Amino acid sequence: MTTPPDTGTPTPAGAEALRSVRSVVRQRRKAALLRFWAGYRRQPAGVAGLIGMAVIVALALAAPVITNSAGLDVTQATGDRLQPPSAAFPLGTDETGRSVLLLTLWGARISLLVGVTATLLAMGIGTLVGIAAGHFGGWFTGLLMRVTDWFIVLPRLVLAIALAAVLGPSLTTIVVAIGVTSWPGTARLIRAQTLAVEARPYLERARALGAGHWHQMTRHVLPNVMPLVLASTTLEVASAVLAEATLSFLGLGDPARVSWGSMLSRANSSGAITFGAWWYLLTPGLAILVVVLCFTLCGRALEAVFNPRLRGR
Amino acid sequence: MSMDPSLVAESPGAVPGGSGRTAGPGRGSTGGAGGSRSAAGRGFAKYVLAKLGGAAVSLLMVVFSAFFLFRVLGGDPVDALTRDVPTTPAERAALRERLGLDQPLSLQFVHYLQGVLTGDLGQSYQYQQPVTSLIGARLGATVLLTGTALVLAVSLGLWIGTRAGWRQGSTFDKVQVGVSLTLWSAPTFWFGMIVIMVFARYLGLFPINGMVSPYTPDAFWPQALDTLHHLVLPALTMTAVIYAQYVLVMRSSILDEKDADYLVTARAKGLRDDDVRRRHAVPNALLPTVTLVFLQLGGVVGGAILTETVFSWPGLGLLAYQALRIPDLPLLQGTFLFFSTAVILANTAADVVYRFLDPRVRHS
Repeated sequence: MTTPPDTGTPTPAGAEALRSVRSVVRQRRKAALLRFWAGYRRQPAGVAGLIGMAVIVALALAAPVITNSAGLDVTQATGDRLQPPSAAFPLGTDETGRSVLLLTLWGARISLLVGVTATLLAMGIGTLVGIAAGHFGGWFTGLLMRVTDWFIVLPRLVLAIALAAVLGPSLTTIVVAIGVTSWPGTARLIRAQTLAVEARPYLERARALGAGHWHQMTRHVLPNVMPLVLASTTLEVASAVLAEATLSFLGLGDPARVSWGSMLSRANSSGAITFGAWWYLLTPGLAILVVVLCFTLCGRALEAVFNPRLRGR
Repeated sequence: MSMDPSLVAESPGAVPGGSGRTAGPGRGSTGGAGGSRSAAGRGFAKYVLAKLGGAAVSLLMVVFSAFFLFRVLGGDPVDALTRDVPTTPAERAALRERLGLDQPLSLQFVHYLQGVLTGDLGQSYQYQQPVTSLIGARLGATVLLTGTALVLAVSLGLWIGTRAGWRQGSTFDKVQVGVSLTLWSAPTFWFGMIVIMVFARYLGLFPINGMVSPYTPDAFWPQALDTLHHLVLPALTMTAVIYAQYVLVMRSSILDEKDADYLVTARAKGLRDDDVRRRHAVPNALLPTVTLVFLQLGGVVGGAILTETVFSWPGLGLLAYQALRIPDLPLLQGTFLFFSTAVILANTAADVVYRFLDPRVRHS
């Protein structure tokens, strides 16, 4: 090809004929992104979810800056036991006199961290299994799908509890328990998509040119299934945050760290219900609800953008 | 817990021509001779056998993974048993021998397999009773709670999902989708705690926990009424959290059917909108939904564990939670086996019934 060397500067709108390969690719990506954004913007619920998500992530990241972490120490608690909301403690105090607002802000960090890490683990396994099952055929795929179906049918929470119980309570345990039990949905989705991509002519061409399995899977299949992985990831973070709360509530989390689930667990065991300490129950629970809802709304909007069959639902 | 979009995509919306119902068994028996019917019967038998085989493999995997999880990953049961009691090495060795832990792993697996097949799931550490009898004693309470919640959630969910999907984009639809997504996002146990605080703690309308009050007269009606009184809040909690998925699934199913040609025909015949929905759209949309409902039974089991924990409802979920607190590994293993087996069997049954009900799948 006789394209001039890429200068790295964006081509002026008029000089379309003299574009380098790389700038063509860049332009195409930019256009795709813009098209995606135009589609996403038409989903009001998705936009609301995105804004909510951004606010919560920002608050979680800013927690060390806007609050004093000393308040997390039980021995340095300044408030009374289960004190109702007041000027000093806008959302009341917990059973050791710590500010519920402070705990909730710091809890966001652990809840989101676990949610995102567990999701990355699940997505990794799911994508690997899905692409492998779609790419290779025969007994290998049969085996993979058998295992996937088994994981889909099994009660997730029961499996996660069993896994977490034998591994002992810790943050890693929770991440592993959630990740290992929540990949099968993604795997099936990715497999279906992989089969569709594999049927396209350009993959046949790549094969004819001698592309190996690895090249085919990483260069051709993976980029094509990525949008679906993205939508699936967002939905998965929602259920991973819920799962984290659930497992922590059951006492399988790291007892030394504050998460929304462990706050609710302590609220339950310290008798917040009988005491009538609604502020201690309401705040972490609503936080979970809002985060899960925001991620779910984003995930549904992404799905609608990527999958025209669902558009307008 | 998230809805699996691939499943939704595989629903018979993709099956060409939604007119499956008219091509049902009635036509098959008039057109073909007895031969074709028995061929279909053979196909069905083969299908059932394949499904049963699949279920058997799944069950084997459950049994194997239970052994692997609790015997290999689970650490030394002797440690767990003697945690609070000072023991001499000789006593530990004796205990090891009594539990069969001195034998090689393969032999332990054989013994374990024999136990599972003969209904012996070992002794609970904390109760000093056979795990099987503990499970048996708690089963009734769980069936009562989950049964009530499932019936309520499925019927409400399918009804509301149909109406929402039928009038897609209406205020009713938007409100129902919003409510469902919110309920789906709420942690079950938190919802339960809020319900307890509002209805039991502040309003005092219902008991806070348990299944029966201690001083209820020992006759049928007082006992039944008291149990019902205790059942209201936990059943309400479980229903609220699981019903949301049924609304979304049924709504999506109805949307798949909504533009089908047979509905246009039905309308062209001059049928009222209600009749088109009830007699034509719903039966076709129901079938994929039923499969999904069964696939999500695992989620129901999770909901039962949490609801029973929060309300101290004396069922299998609370049993599992109590086992988790110790941790009482044989009991945990037993509940794991029980829940998994129940869900796998229910799913297999659903697959077979689905095939029996849906002629589109049967003839393909």
